[in-house]
Amino acid sequence: MSYLEYNTKYVPTGFRKLLYINWPIVFLLSAVACAGFLMLFSVAGGSADPWMSRQMERFIAGLVLMLVVAMVPIWFWRNVAGVAYGIAFMLLIAVEFVGVERNGSQRWLDLGVMDLQPSELMKITLVMLLAAYYDWLPTHKTSRPFWVFLPICMILLPSYFVLSQPDLGTTLLLMLGGAAVMFVAGVHWAYFATVIAAGVGAVVAVFESKGTPWQILKDYQYRRIDTFIDPSNDPLGAGYHITQAKIAFGSGGWTGRGFMQGTQSRLNFLPEKHTDFIFTTLAEEFGFIGAITLLTLYVLIVFFCAASAITNKDRFSALLTLGVAMTFFLFFAVNMAMVTGLAPVVGVPLPLVSYGGSAMLVLMLAFGMVQSAHVHKPR
Amino acid sequence: MLLGGVQLSVVAALGVRMQSMQVEQAEDFRLLAEENRINIRLIPPARGLIFDRNGMPIADNEQNYRAVMVREDAGDVDATLAKLLTLVDIPEETIAKAREEIFKRSPFVPVTIADRLSWEDMAKININAPALPGIIAEVGLSRVYPWGAELGHVTGYVGPVSDYDLSKIDDQDPLLQIPKFQIGKTGVENKMEHTFRGSAGTKRIEVNAIGRVMRELDRVPGVAGKDVQLTIDARLQSYVQARLDGESAGAVVIDLENGDLRAVASAPTFDPNLFVRGISVKDWTDLNENKYRPLAAKAVQGAYPPGSTFKMVTALAALEDGVIDPEETVWCPGFTEVSGTRFHCWKRGGHGNINFHESLKQSCDCYYYEVSQRVGIDKMAAMARKLGLGIKHDLPLSAVSSGLAPDKQWKTDVRGEAWRIGDTVNASIGQGYVLASPLQLAVMTARLATGRSVQPRLVKSVDGVETVSGAGVSLGINENLLRRVRASMNDVSNHLRGTAYRSRIVAEGAEMAGKTGTSQVRRITAEERARGVTRNEDLPWERRDHALFVNFAPVVNPRFAISVIVEHGGGGSRAAAPIGRDITLQALYGGQPPLDAYPSGDRERIEEQQKRIADMMAAVSTRATGDRA
Repeated sequence: MSYLEYNTKYVPTGFRKLLYINWPIVFLLSAVACAGFLMLFSVAGGSADPWMSRQMERFIAGLVLMLVVAMVPIWFWRNVAGVAYGIAFMLLIAVEFVGVERNGSQRWLDLGVMDLQPSELMKITLVMLLAAYYDWLPTHKTSRPFWVFLPICMILLPSYFVLSQPDLGTTLLLMLGGAAVMFVAGVHWAYFATVIAAGVGAVVAVFESKGTPWQILKDYQYRRIDTFIDPSNDPLGAGYHITQAKIAFGSGGWTGRGFMQGTQSRLNFLPEKHTDFIFTTLAEEFGFIGAITLLTLYVLIVFFCAASAITNKDRFSALLTLGVAMTFFLFFAVNMAMVTGLAPVVGVPLPLVSYGGSAMLVLMLAFGMVQSAHVHKPR
Repeated sequence: MLLGGVQLSVVAALGVRMQSMQVEQAEDFRLLAEENRINIRLIPPARGLIFDRNGMPIADNEQNYRAVMVREDAGDVDATLAKLLTLVDIPEETIAKAREEIFKRSPFVPVTIADRLSWEDMAKININAPALPGIIAEVGLSRVYPWGAELGHVTGYVGPVSDYDLSKIDDQDPLLQIPKFQIGKTGVENKMEHTFRGSAGTKRIEVNAIGRVMRELDRVPGVAGKDVQLTIDARLQSYVQARLDGESAGAVVIDLENGDLRAVASAPTFDPNLFVRGISVKDWTDLNENKYRPLAAKAVQGAYPPGSTFKMVTALAALEDGVIDPEETVWCPGFTEVSGTRFHCWKRGGHGNINFHESLKQSCDCYYYEVSQRVGIDKMAAMARKLGLGIKHDLPLSAVSSGLAPDKQWKTDVRGEAWRIGDTVNASIGQGYVLASPLQLAVMTARLATGRSVQPRLVKSVDGVETVSGAGVSLGINENLLRRVRASMNDVSNHLRGTAYRSRIVAEGAEMAGKTGTSQVRRITAEERARGVTRNEDLPWERRDHALFVNFAPVVNPRFAISVIVEHGGGGSRAAAPIGRDITLQALYGGQPPLDAYPSGDRERIEEQQKRIADMMAAVSTRATGDRA
């Protein structure tokens, strides 16, 4: 669709755009963020410091950012997709050289006011680029090998740098998110079948290479996988996090132990309780009801995005919306699977709930574009 | 759509997982969470105290500051111990022992490094806590015996429970797992361990991931051990102990009314406090190699030939049996010949014709040689047991001796030999196989004085509940005969020709009746007898005769029975009777008796002795009661 076509349809302008914002998504996001505030308050031992107040400031900043982004016409975002991807990629390379190292991985750029995690930015710009690419690419060429090879490069290039930070979780999210956009863009299923087969092969290769000079993953990653397979073989070492997380999760029961009554998190048995493992605290304190409620909120966000995308005739808008929704889905699904012991611990935060600035702002930026797509969709 | 389906199935999987963990396995995980955070610690209960009959504490608990180490919190054990040593002066030996213990136990078990630290040391450790990881300054209770050595043999002592103790006793009490937990090792402390111990309290504490105690959740206080009041009169005991000082001796004072043991003394004695603190090698050697055996509670553990004090038994058995009339006389030429062997009387020239009364008063041996042959050993043994000899009295003391009242059956069973008439003759004067402890002799005297089966009682009350009186019931011995025995004993003390006349009491209403005894520990050969028996003074200590004395007082309405034995003390009338008399007066007057209770010739010497003993008692009493006020 071209600029001309947009003009022939009705598109809201000025403050009227606010009326067309997808408000259910805004409310759902706020609800999830509020759950996050509550948990951050709880894990700090009943204190707004050090996490909850900062998280609130960021969420409010994120909301404003989202609305601003939503006001900007969607074609602007399509046009800057390539540039954005380029900038994010440059930042990612910059991290390699001037990044701040924490906990053994180099993921952050010190921007003075805040630490930026370029890999977070990469997630959204990759989705933007892929959506723009398929918007530009004539539909009949979608499954041609060359035109499939190009987006694969777009995905793998940043993935490589993220993996070398090392950040296995984000790498997986990038690859899966990119693949999802390609899939909904209509790339032939045979490619995916091939990749999945290759993936299985790769897993075998990963395990086979263990202990050899050309081993693919780092030792700690192997340990995490081993531990995932059988946490009990090292309950006080590498399996400690998983075992304690499961205990916290399970001890919640139906209704939980009550707000701020979670013994596992309050007594520091839980690792990373304010970031990656915050969901276990929620499950411990609010039980199955609390956990399933949060899961429902997440699913509803994805659902509203999908509904918006399906009714959007603009190809870029639809692909972008679905791509963001998919990335978002992967975020919480992987995190929840991880803390419930269904997936290895790969270090994926729970979106909007885990404490973290870049992730929150980038996510709100992404939802800003989803809103922009919704506001500016041809009616 | 396909993607939506995949998403939905992932969400469904998550939901199912949550449901299974949080609903179905919730109980298991809840339990694990509780186990994670809750540790149960034992609180040792306060050990029950021991009081004397007047309520004076004789075993008490005092605050004990100690340094304890938990290995898993300490990190580098040696470095931490080295740092501790720079702050507090702890002997090398103690540290080495503690270090061994630390590595032997599980890493989370607190091990005591040093005990009985001063308050200053305690403060130093607390202030430097950050530099001493894993070391905790604790305050606990430890046993202390304010009267020290005076009651060492009665109370016994406590000590840290050892692996040997654990292997020996079948006791599942978790308290015993507490390192250095004090349990009774000897004496009342040991025999009444379960009364004193109480039961463990528990406190549930919440710990965080690194094991730091966050808070105490609740506390079940446990039950403190029960307090025990003994029948012992600590002041009288102290007097007896002081009076026996310098001798190897034992003495028992028994209350005739209820069998209360007012004093059970053995000399020399030992300070039980030495053992509580862990006795040093030197102290241990001193106690163990002393030929007077300070660790032996002679008053109850010792078994001695009772000598002439046994004559009342022989006489009563014969008189009761009717084989001899009290007035009937026996000819004493200085010896009696029985189946070819000469048995000598102590008086070489003999007593001539002598009846029962005179025989007891003058302690003629031949009379008893004669009547014992008439009545036979079995009836004598039965009478001995009736009077409390040869049977083990049930007292909460270590190794209470049962003595020996031999009869024919015993010799066949134990020795595998037939009883011979000479054995009876020897037994008639308390020699040969007959053995008795000072406690048994006191019981015998009490039973003679009352005609009742007086039972010795050491525990007056437990936890405020009075125990059964030891007054006993009538023994069923002919009262007329008993009266004759008592009258003879009266003359032993109060008749000019009585063997204990020199140790009589002259105070009106406080006169005593007694019987001396001198028991041989060596065999006097025919040549020696021909040469003239060597005098005790000329013999080495361990071959001298034992000196014994039993008595009850006052003669009219008697209140106390007393027995004294001085090991290798020589003659009973010279070595034991004066001690018996002094103890008797002390008991009757409830303190230092007036000098005019003594025969006028003795008073000067007694006054000096009273002064000396009063000084000794004052020193003990100040320590026992003074520094507690």
